[in-house]
This record gives sequence, C-alpha cells and structure tokens, in this order.
Amino acid sequence: MFARKNGNGGAAGTNGFLIELAGIRKVYRTGALDVEALRGIDLAVRGNEFIAVVGPSGSGKSTLMNILGCLDTPTEGSYLLRGEEVARFSPDRLAETRNRHVGFVFQNFNLLPQITAYENVEMPLLFRGTGARERRERVERLFEQVALLDRMKHRPTELSGGQMQRVAIARALACDPDIILADEPTGNLDSGSGRDIVHLFEELWTGGRTILLITHDESIAKRTRRIVQLQDGKVVSDEMT
Amino acid sequence: MIRPLLIARLFRRSVRIQRKRMTLTIMAVAWGTIAIVLLLSFGEGLKRSMDTGRKGLGSGILVLWPGQTEKAYAGFPQGRSLHFLPEDPRLLEKSIPEIEAISGEMIRWGTQLVVGRTVLNKKLTGVEPIFGDLRAHVPEPGGRFLNELDQRQKRRVIFLGTELKKDLFGEEPAEGKRVLVNGAPFTVVGVMREKRQMGMYGGPDEDHAAIPLSTFQALFGDPYLDDMVVKPRDPNRAEHVKRRINEVLGAKYRFDPEDSRAVRVWDTIENARTFLKVMFGIEIFLGIIGGLTLLIGGIGVANIMYAVVKQRTQAIGVQMALGAFRSDVMGPIVLEAVVITCVGGAVGIAAGWGIVQGLGFVQGHVESPAMEFIGRPTFSLPIAGVTVLILGMTGLLAGYFPSRRAASVQPAEALRHE
Ligand SMILES: Nc1ncnc2c1ncn2[C@@H]1O[C@H](COP(=O)(O)OP(=O)(O)O)[C@@H](O)[C@H]1O
Ligand SMILES: [Mg+2]
Repeated sequence: MFARKNGNGGAAGTNGFLIELAGIRKVYRTGALDVEALRGIDLAVRGNEFIAVVGPSGSGKSTLMNILGCLDTPTEGSYLLRGEEVARFSPDRLAETRNRHVGFVFQNFNLLPQITAYENVEMPLLFRGTGARERRERVERLFEQVALLDRMKHRPTELSGGQMQRVAIARALACDPDIILADEPTGNLDSGSGRDIVHLFEELWTGGRTILLITHDESIAKRTRRIVQLQDGKVVSDEMT
Repeated sequence: MIRPLLIARLFRRSVRIQRKRMTLTIMAVAWGTIAIVLLLSFGEGLKRSMDTGRKGLGSGILVLWPGQTEKAYAGFPQGRSLHFLPEDPRLLEKSIPEIEAISGEMIRWGTQLVVGRTVLNKKLTGVEPIFGDLRAHVPEPGGRFLNELDQRQKRRVIFLGTELKKDLFGEEPAEGKRVLVNGAPFTVVGVMREKRQMGMYGGPDEDHAAIPLSTFQALFGDPYLDDMVVKPRDPNRAEHVKRRINEVLGAKYRFDPEDSRAVRVWDTIENARTFLKVMFGIEIFLGIIGGLTLLIGGIGVANIMYAVVKQRTQAIGVQMALGAFRSDVMGPIVLEAVVITCVGGAVGIAAGWGIVQGLGFVQGHVESPAMEFIGRPTFSLPIAGVTVLILGMTGLLAGYFPSRRAASVQPAEALRHE
C-alpha cells in the first residue's frame, strides 16, 4: 500500500542515478565571517535507496538536505536531479521540482498551525493544481496510510508529536515524490513515536520509495541500507550496511 | 505563472486566519478616508458658496463713482467734486466700443414703500433695463425685470428684492400688485430670485427695489447719477476700458486722464481673478493635505504588510518547500493589501458621504450665517473616484514591495525563521 504509482523508484538520469552531486560547496557569508558548511561533496543516489546521513552537529547535514531539496543553492559544484542540472532551473521550475519530485519531513514538523491537518496535507496538491475531487480522494488515502483518518479535521496543535510527524509524512507523500528528504524526523519525538516513524519509513522504502534520512541515532541509521557519514562538510565514509 | 483561483483561495484562507487584524486595518484606512472626504467636501462647499456669492453682484463688471480730482488741471483746482449726468452712459457706450453694456444708477435711501397697512423705508434704485443682466437681478418665474418700454414711457413699475417682497407681501405672489412709492402707485412687474451675494455697495440687493431710471428722475428730479455699472466685452481688456473711461470723462469734465481719484472704480474682475487664485491655492493646499494623508495611510498599510510578511516568513518558507510559485506567495499578500485599502476606502467614502449628507440636512434646517458662509459641504464624485484610484494604487504598492521581499529569500532561509 505504500508503493509508488509508477513503481520504478523515480525516473533516473541517463546513467541510472536519481541524484548526482559533484564537488558541491556551500559557503554561508555571515558578516565578516565565512562559514564553509560543505567542502566538496560527491554523492550519487539511485532510485529506491534507503540512506542515512549521519555526522556530528554542524557537519553540514541540513545544508546538504537543503541543497538536495532545492531549498537552497550551492556555492559551487554540480547537482544533477534526474539527469538535469538544477543550477539552470528558473525559480518557478525549482518550485515545481520541490512540488513534484521532493517530499520534505522536518524535525520541527513545519506544519502550518492555523489550518487543519487535512488542509496541511492538501497544500502540495493545491500548488500542483490537482482538481478538487482527486485532491480529496488523495488526501483521505494519505490519512488512511498514516493511520490518522480520525484526526483530519484537527489543528496540528491538537495533535501529539508523533501524530504531527505522521501528518508531515502524509504531506511529503502528497505529490508522489521521487525522493523523501527527512531531517532528523525523530529528533523531537519520544522513543516510542520515533520507532513508529522509522517503521513508517521502512514500509515506504519496501513500497519502492527513495528515502534520505538525516539522523543522530545510531540504531536508526543501522536500519537503513546505506550510511553516509559527514564531518566538517565532507563525506568521510559511505558504506552499505 | 499566475494562478488567480489559487491566489484567491490562499487569500480567503489568510482572511479567515486573521480576520481581526484585517478588520482593524480596514477601519484605520476608512478613518483616514473619511477625513479626506470631509476635508475635500468642505473645500468644495466653501468654493461653491464663495463662487455663487461672488456672482451675486454680477460677473465681470466695473462700478464707477464720481470722485474728487487729485490734480489741478486746465485751470481747475485740485479737490473739485465731479458728477455723472444721466446721459454719460450713452457717451461712454458710443466712445468706447469695448464696452458691452452700461447702466446708470440713482439711489434714494429710506424711500417709503406702502402695501396695505405695511409701511417700510427702504433703498430705492433707479436703473436702466440692462442693469438686470449686469447685476444679476434674475426674476422669479411669472415676473420680469424692467424693460425698454418701461424706461421710454417712464412707467410706474417696480422690481422687488427677494426679502423686501417677503416683508411687503409675505408668501403671497406680488406680481401685478400695487406698491405706493412715496405715495405714488407702482405695479410690481417682478421679484428677484433668491441669490447669495458677497460683494455689495449700499446693502444687499435682496433688500432694495428697482424702478426705471426715467421714472426715478421724473419722480424725484435728481440731476445726477450715483454710479454707473459697466461690463467690458472682454474681461482681459478691463484695464484698457478703465483708461478709456478716464480719457472720455476727463475730456468732458476737464480732468487729467491720469487722475486716479476723479473716477473711483470697483473692479470686480480683478477681485474675481484674485479670488480664483486664492481658491486655486486653497484647493491645491487641500489636495496636498489629502494626498499626504493618503500617502501616510499607504505607508501605514505597507508597514503592516511588512510586519505580516515577517511574521509569516516561516509559513512562506513552508509553502515554497511544498512547491508554491513566487506568484502564489506574492499574490495573496498583494491582494490582501489591495482589499484592505479598497474596502477601507469604500467604507470611508460611504461614511464620509453620509456625514456630508447629514450636515447638509442639518444646515438646511438651521438658520446660521456662519453655516451658510462655510457653504454646504459638497461631496464630489470625481474627488471620490480619484481617492479610490489613489488608494487602490497605494494598496498595490503597499502589498507588492513586502511580498516581493518575502518571495525573494531562499526557502531554506525562510524556514529557519522562527
Ligand atoms: N544560514 C546559515 N548561515 C550561516 N551559517 C550557517 C547557516 N546554516 C548553517 N550554518 C553553519 O553551517 C554549518 C553546517 O550547518 P548544518 O548544515 O545545519 O549542520 P548539521 O545539520 O549537520 O548540524 C554549521 O557550522 C552552521 O553553523
Ligand atoms: Mg541539522
């Protein structure tokens, strides 16, 4: 039930990679001080991979995720998404890419507090231009998938942390993305809810999805298929488990 | 790419979320608009009041009085008093082609007027028929001003000022009725239509009566005119006409044409010019105040929108992460600012209009010279239109710049904003 509609784990680039990073650098200019958050990242991701990105705080994990999700632009380097150079995308094309090809899950959920859970999940479909009926069917299916049908009309503030993160996952899945980027999704949850969320990701992966999970937690990292370790903005190890 | 339906949907959602703040902002805009509408309405009312009042005397005329020479001339000493003769208007008319119309006038104060048991002592003036046009003596329907036949046949006919007629006849129609003037029976041929008169010499026209100049002479035997009323064909040639009058009369009465005291002149044309300049100045002044008020309102709205955008930064980041186009982010914000200013403006204009109508109603029912002078505040549709237009533009700008700022940051940066 978590299978992607088109099943192949996302249309990959010409050489079979969904994502290819080469020599990615990111420098934050904050006043007098320049922070080099990424110092030359090379990374390739295929469809239906389940990857954990680990590393100490400040090693550049979130920065990497922002670039992968087209939320930020690298200072240097090449990023091919489905074989296309992202640097050449217009702002609208970037928006469209975020909408159709990437699903985000954040540590702090980033649900809009003033609208209902249903409306939060519906949001990406609105931006996609999906018709009202299809939208409703799809949102209801998603709530069924994350087992929150009875909470659809609730405000995020009326939900528990685990429930909020499941709503966020439903939202990430709304437009059937090629890859799900999750930045410490269990960081704000108690261990029980955290386990549920990880379990949900495992199910999504077996359903054919590609997932990149940033985490501090060794035990969570071990449950993925590939662990990429960052340190000081560099990949220091990249191993299959 | 702009998606109006989506923008409208997001806008409605944001209205739902922050109804109270929007209502308050709308009220603030409405308040400012009321102030502008009232300001401009009073300005317009004052202008119209002064404009009609000014025209009450008659437009584009010169009034001439005989004076005293200030220079010795041709063997005559200085300080000699002049007199106008009844045939002088004909002389001026004939000698100065730039004169369109001219009438002599003789005045008697405290002339006894009797109707039934009512006895009044009022100003009586003897004039030529053209005086009616020159000095805005417009008859009420059913009556007329004095005419050529009256003048030629020295008819005993009389034209009554508005108030004087009321004093003599009350609400009854006066046309065709009798009035005894110093004991001689006269027939009323017309009553002056009510007018507002600011400029005057010898009291308001509404309080006097006019009879043919010929009849006046026959009745009282006065040898001299008290004044002459002259209308130049072209108001811009008034200076020339004044000089020619001095030349013609100077030649006849032997005074220096350069003598500025021999003939005293009231130039209403010059007064009117000054008046229009002052009025124009007042209008510009009010316009600037109104414009500044709008500008301040616009800056206020823009400020609020900046605050709103700042407060929503994270939400905007979330929307962008979920695939919102720049226009999806900017559209609802611009729409919000435009709706706030337009609804606020509409409410303000409607309320301002209501207040203006209310004031007009009160004024119509209270007799107060001050009120009358202020003039009835007049709601002017073009002004309202311009106000709405400026407000709409202001809203557009007040929404555009904050929203552009919101949409121009990287989503990652917006998301970091708490
Ligand atoms: N917006 C920013 N401006 C300036 N410096 C930043 C910004 N975001 C991250 N950094 C810096 O870049 C480095 C990497 O940060 P980040 O990617 O958040 O690390 P991680 O997610 O692994 O903890 C850190 O030193 C952090 O302080
Ligand atoms: Mg981080």
